[in-house]
Amino acid sequence: MVDARALPRRRFDARLMLAGGWLLVVLLAAIFAPLVAPHDPLAQDLMLERLPPFWLPGSEPGYWLGTDSLGRDLLSRLIFGARIALIVAFVAALAACIVGSTLGLVAGYFGGWPDRIISRIVDIWMAFPPVLFAILLVAVFGTGLMSVIIAIAVIDWTRFCRVIRAEAMSQARMDYVENARIAGFGRLRIMVSEVLPNVLPSIVALLSLEMGIAVIVEAILSFVNLSISSDAPTWGGIIAEGRLSIHQAWWVLVFPLIALFLTVLSFSQFGEGLKSRFDPVLR
Amino acid sequence: MSACLDISNLSATLPSGQRVLRSVSLTVQPGEVRALVGESGAGKSMIGKAVLGVLPPSVRIVEGAIRLEGTDLGALSAKERRRLIGAKAALIPQDPLTALNPSRRVGPQMTDRLVHILGWAADKADRRVRQLLDEVHIREPDRVMKAYPHELSGGMRQRVLIAAAFASEPRLIVADEPTTALDVTVQKQILRLIAQLQQEHGTAILFVTHDLGVVAKVSQKVTVLYAGKVVEEADTPALFANPQHAYTRALMAATPKYTDPQASLKPVDESVLAGLAAEIAVADHDWRPHG
Amino acid sequence: MILQRFLIRLITMAITLLGVSVVVFVIIRVAPGDPIAMMLPPGATDADIARLRALYGLDRSIVEQYFIWLSGVVQGNFGTSISLRQDVMSLVLSRLPATLELSIFALLIALIIGGPLAIVGAREQGTAVEAGIDVANGAALSIPDFLWGLALILLFGVLWPVFHISGRVSPRMDLPFVTQFYLFESIFRLRFDLTRDLIGHMFMPALALALPLAAIISQLLKISLKEVMTLDYVTLARVKGFSETKVILREALKNAALPTLTLIGVQFTFLIGGTVIIERLFSYEGLGNMAIDAVINRDLPLIQGIVLVFALIFVLINLAVDMMYALLNPRLRHG
Repeated sequence: MVDARALPRRRFDARLMLAGGWLLVVLLAAIFAPLVAPHDPLAQDLMLERLPPFWLPGSEPGYWLGTDSLGRDLLSRLIFGARIALIVAFVAALAACIVGSTLGLVAGYFGGWPDRIISRIVDIWMAFPPVLFAILLVAVFGTGLMSVIIAIAVIDWTRFCRVIRAEAMSQARMDYVENARIAGFGRLRIMVSEVLPNVLPSIVALLSLEMGIAVIVEAILSFVNLSISSDAPTWGGIIAEGRLSIHQAWWVLVFPLIALFLTVLSFSQFGEGLKSRFDPVLR
Repeated sequence: MSACLDISNLSATLPSGQRVLRSVSLTVQPGEVRALVGESGAGKSMIGKAVLGVLPPSVRIVEGAIRLEGTDLGALSAKERRRLIGAKAALIPQDPLTALNPSRRVGPQMTDRLVHILGWAADKADRRVRQLLDEVHIREPDRVMKAYPHELSGGMRQRVLIAAAFASEPRLIVADEPTTALDVTVQKQILRLIAQLQQEHGTAILFVTHDLGVVAKVSQKVTVLYAGKVVEEADTPALFANPQHAYTRALMAATPKYTDPQASLKPVDESVLAGLAAEIAVADHDWRPHG
Repeated sequence: MILQRFLIRLITMAITLLGVSVVVFVIIRVAPGDPIAMMLPPGATDADIARLRALYGLDRSIVEQYFIWLSGVVQGNFGTSISLRQDVMSLVLSRLPATLELSIFALLIALIIGGPLAIVGAREQGTAVEAGIDVANGAALSIPDFLWGLALILLFGVLWPVFHISGRVSPRMDLPFVTQFYLFESIFRLRFDLTRDLIGHMFMPALALALPLAAIISQLLKISLKEVMTLDYVTLARVKGFSETKVILREALKNAALPTLTLIGVQFTFLIGGTVIIERLFSYEGLGNMAIDAVINRDLPLIQGIVLVFALIFVLINLAVDMMYALLNPRLRHG
């Protein structure tokens, strides 16, 4: 008998490809921002304020997506904004993932008092409105990239902790863990070599999801003017500007919104796709 | 006079195209008990479900007809079919533990068909159900009707379900392995109860079971099913006296005798199964659903 | 048994709230920047600053400050707002009803969208209708309320302006209300012109909050319904002659709703957490909007009060869900 799992997946995973494709575009734009951006994202030109996107009358060649109320090129701001969005996404999500997964693994696998303490802390964290918590933290640490990253990691580690704790708990009851114990392996070693690989697909999916959430939180923080600095090109900052001039220049809101929509959707779908691809049970 | 239930040439398939019923024909005359026996997976429950219009969506009837008191179910709209089955047929389910809704009291679950489908007045339905509870020897109808299912024992719940099935005076009852989930001691009581009510009410029963011992006790006619195909059909005494088909004989050899439970059992013979498989393969090869 | 469960929950609740108050207190006190200096005009003397610091109790140690604050809270005194110079408790109470109305309205929308979608999906199992519902759920789930809010502003505020996109009530309306529960009171007083204006303002922020929750409700309830619908008592109800919709509503829904309920409780707290940014986005005068102002103004007493009120609401919802679960489950009720 051929093990069906050993066979290559027949179905072309459109979801994974589309999501991955968009994320690749954003990543490339972020890395090569100075090369691909047509203008300086900070350059103001009051002669060129609120230019509409290229297909509308009154548009200016070279300003593809139009300009904002200070005459800054929208496309360039979006491209440079992708840099900040992705840096925050990767670093903050990874930090939250490492802290949360470790604590979740410990709580779920060891149980007893470590579990009780960690679960109590998670309960306390869950009683905070997360957005308010983030705003409070950034206000305390002072605005800046580092504060934003720390704030997101401090808030969202519980997301990993809760899921991984539950999974580690059910893994800990499995026969193979029992067998490893009988074989004489230490508890820490079993946790790392037996339990961790089995919860890894969930961690990967959550990590991808969390990157999308981090992008949103960063946007929210810059929307309330608490993220980096007020004129740095962030997607949230552009949205805040667009929200104000919504009746005069709708495109300033529409384009960053589309970028956010696609990025968040892609991160979550990418995670789901990866999970179903790597999860030996689901597959 | 038309048969109570007349299934003719019924075939059904799974989405994969595999046939689960192979040109099945059988009839149940008014007031008659017909046993439908076979091993698990033979399709006997599938036939019961088809008769009651509750096949899983994945199973598709591709040919044949089911007539309930002369009416072709396939010719009716979904709503008409539902109403007809609700009025004329009833089900005694297999597992009394899952056949009652855990969050509703027992009483309304017994009367709802009478009131909402048959349009009886509430007090008439109530009296009717109490009468039936008496017939199944439940002495405290008030307590039982006010109870939630989990407050009753398994045997008690099965009696409630039997009472509910007979309450609407259906023409046909499908009994789907009604004793399989019960203790052996309770099984006998329940069988006796079904037989007794069947005689008093003159209801026709299609009795689905895998147990030839049960067949001998309750039925007048038997249909033996293998892999969705009828292999033998006879009067019950004749079948036990003189089984015609090799599979029936093998099945009998594999069933414990009430007279001699210690006698050694033989599993169904491999060569018999191989012969059947070949027969079915040939039939499937020639088979084309018409229409 | 239910009473014991209730008592245990009350104790953990108290511990959680205490934990929240400690965390907020610590975070705020380590914050650089002196809120007192911000509220005084430039040129104030050091003596002035010291006097005000003493007034707000900021000259004592953190531990001392915490216990002074805590003993006040226990007596219902949350202190005085630094930026608004009013009693924190009365400020919170003046804004809380707006946020509660918005959250409950959003929950209702989520139930009204999610419930029927789940029922239709379970009814049409395996069809294109179910697949369509799944896709819609997936999208609504991965997009957070903030983005829905912005999208709604664009669609129904600019492209097709049928709803208000900022504020809670039109300024020209004169309000005869004695409570802050405008929506409830307008219905109670039969002032449906006001009800319409309030809903016109509330609908879009509420919808933004409701969409992700609606998707969760629809998804979980549908899975749960499909599971219940394979059980024998549902088959029996079908045989009895009841229509599929009736079978779902009468036999399956209640039993399927029970496991969904617990999860909705947690999700509802997420929804309320979302009001903070959604109120900001729609300039809706609720607690969350005030909270952001409080953070920006470094109004320590006000931040503490608001965070604690949010935490209290969250633990109360969890408690209510837990109790409701026990009450609705006949096994627990009679066990």
